[in-house]
Amino acid sequence: MTPGAYLATGLETGQVASGGDAGSPAEVRRDTRPRPGTADRLFRGVSRTAAITVMTTMGFIGVFLLYKALPALRKVGLSFFTETQWLPSSNTFGVGAVLLGTILIASVALVVAVPLSICTALFVSEYAPRRLRRPMVSLLDLMAAIPSIVYGLWGFFFLQPRAITVSRWLADHLGWFPFFRTHRGVTGLGQYASSTFIAGLVVALMVTPIITSIMREVFSQTPAGEREGALALGGTRWGMIRAVVLPFGRGGMVGAVMLGLGRALGETIAVYLIIAPLFASPGRMIHILEQGGMSISSLIALRYNESGSFGLAALFGAGLVLFALTLLVNALASTIISRSRSGEATEI
Amino acid sequence: MAITTTSPLGHPVPGTVRNPAGPALPESPPEVRIRPAQVTADDVLAIGGSALCALCLTWVLFERLLPLSGTVGFWLCCYVLFLAVYSTVVLSREGRGVALADRVMSVICHAAGLTVVTILSLIIGYTAFRGYTALHLNFFTQTMSVTAPSDPLNSGGALHAIVGTLLQVGVAVLISVPLGITTALFLNEVRGPLARPVRTIVDTMSAIPSVVAGLFVFATVVLSLGTNRCGFAASLAITVMMMPIITRTAEVVFRIVPGGLREASLALGGSQWKTVWHVVLPTARSGLLTAVILGVARGVGETAPVLLTAGFTNDLNADPAHGAMLSLPLYVLNYVKFPQPESVARAYGAALTLLVIVLVLFVIARVVGGRNPGALSRRQKRRSAEVS
Repeated sequence: MTPGAYLATGLETGQVASGGDAGSPAEVRRDTRPRPGTADRLFRGVSRTAAITVMTTMGFIGVFLLYKALPALRKVGLSFFTETQWLPSSNTFGVGAVLLGTILIASVALVVAVPLSICTALFVSEYAPRRLRRPMVSLLDLMAAIPSIVYGLWGFFFLQPRAITVSRWLADHLGWFPFFRTHRGVTGLGQYASSTFIAGLVVALMVTPIITSIMREVFSQTPAGEREGALALGGTRWGMIRAVVLPFGRGGMVGAVMLGLGRALGETIAVYLIIAPLFASPGRMIHILEQGGMSISSLIALRYNESGSFGLAALFGAGLVLFALTLLVNALASTIISRSRSGEATEI
Repeated sequence: MAITTTSPLGHPVPGTVRNPAGPALPESPPEVRIRPAQVTADDVLAIGGSALCALCLTWVLFERLLPLSGTVGFWLCCYVLFLAVYSTVVLSREGRGVALADRVMSVICHAAGLTVVTILSLIIGYTAFRGYTALHLNFFTQTMSVTAPSDPLNSGGALHAIVGTLLQVGVAVLISVPLGITTALFLNEVRGPLARPVRTIVDTMSAIPSVVAGLFVFATVVLSLGTNRCGFAASLAITVMMMPIITRTAEVVFRIVPGGLREASLALGGSQWKTVWHVVLPTARSGLLTAVILGVARGVGETAPVLLTAGFTNDLNADPAHGAMLSLPLYVLNYVKFPQPESVARAYGAALTLLVIVLVLFVIARVVGGRNPGALSRRQKRRSAEVS
């Protein structure tokens, strides 16, 4: 209801009350419906048009991608989801390998980013001295604003040579774990470069500030009364966090992780810079420590220049899959965040 | 900390509870105020000693005993050893699981915060260190039209990329700011049955993968309308990325404009339009500016949408409507692929320029957005004092 409408209702009741007085002149019922002026009507029309424009443009994206991808999808049918090769010229293409690669990169990213984010968010909201909190929040926002190409450069030139020995150690000592297994031909250190694992590490650093700032927001909304109650009962600070802060923020935490997952799935340039393109069977793709991997977004960045409308149609199909995946994850995330208890204070 | 009578470890605290029934008992010690957040010399020594011990152990492991190497591995190993040593120290001193969990989790959370800050400074520092060598004056005044990637760094530059970035983001701002703010006004001031679907769609779209936005503009503008790749297409792609951010942030800003101000304006007989123009927008000015600046900071660094829509050129092109137009992220992406150290240095120079632009925008946003809605700047206060 608009403020104008409130105003009109108020006038109307006033009118009726005074009209009931004895000895008043003949009752004339005035029309008190709000009559917006030209400027108001113009304003509402313009803003409504803007909103509709935004909505249709955004909604148009999915429809248009589907329309453009139809020729390719019709050609290969359901095998689009199982085929691992990407050779549109010979009609064998599908997202089997790249979809798995995307999910693997995002999983590595989340495995690293989620514990780091939870602890950082707890540090900012619970442990950090008061005068450090605002600077920390600013730093996290800044970290989220750094362009992905800078992350990509840093990951490729700085992190990769320093983290590659961790890959080798994992492969040597935890090789029984299926994801850490390597091809038997792997001997040199260079064969651990440009892997799903390294790309996942860089993506982890990119999503950490996003996840952290949402979690921090949720944690800081924990009712002070419940915190103080836990402390007054003799709890330690960690006891208070485990008994009050984490259960209170659970919904928000899950939502934050989902939002981070959405970002990790769609990350393009950092992955594109680091990873060595590989289209292989799932059995090979899951060797995340070994050189080679792929994601839908880096596939698009790699192949968009290839000639032929059919090849482009196939890429639009891949883009559509990525779009649907992130949309699903984000919708789920916002539902979880809005349903969680976070933000409601307890009455004491 | 509001609570001062509980020790962080849950010990009963003698002496802090007054005896309500008369004077204190003679044997009770004098009252001591306990601060749970206080750090004692004990804690400092325990943490420092454990850290030193872990560092030395890791050094021995890496350099003398085991065939291990690598910086990341070194610090990971050091961290794990530190936690082990510190747990042992705490357990031997306190002897209680509760205290152990509290101390260890506190250390882990501090370490996480330290890690994030370290990584951020490493990213900025490393980019600045590598990019600094390329930033001769000619980097900002020349293009690459007559310079080969392997030429020395005192010829050629990124002028065309800087101009391209400014033009593309400028056009994107011209489109997305009016549209985004008007949409936010619709969501918060006009409302109606349409507001819900619009908000849902804007929310879900704010996390759309950037490459999909590029693909969409590539499909509509470049393929369907038949124009070639050009700066304007890149601007549209950046707009698709920026608009949801600006809309969402602006809506939040409008939401915290006090309702009393709106009602006062309406009660004085102002129409809805007058209220929005003279009350809501001026009150939210600094917040709106922050929203726009943060949107711009995001748009400047977008690489994937520009990659698909802008094309590549070595020449200066100041016409968004025709011909390929280079921008800073694409410049980085292109020159980092060459094997010559000069071209990698150029890529780092452009990355540093980009980073500095984002940093400056960010600092401006913090300075502008630090005020509450309706709070006046020093100049506004002086002006209002002169008027009254």
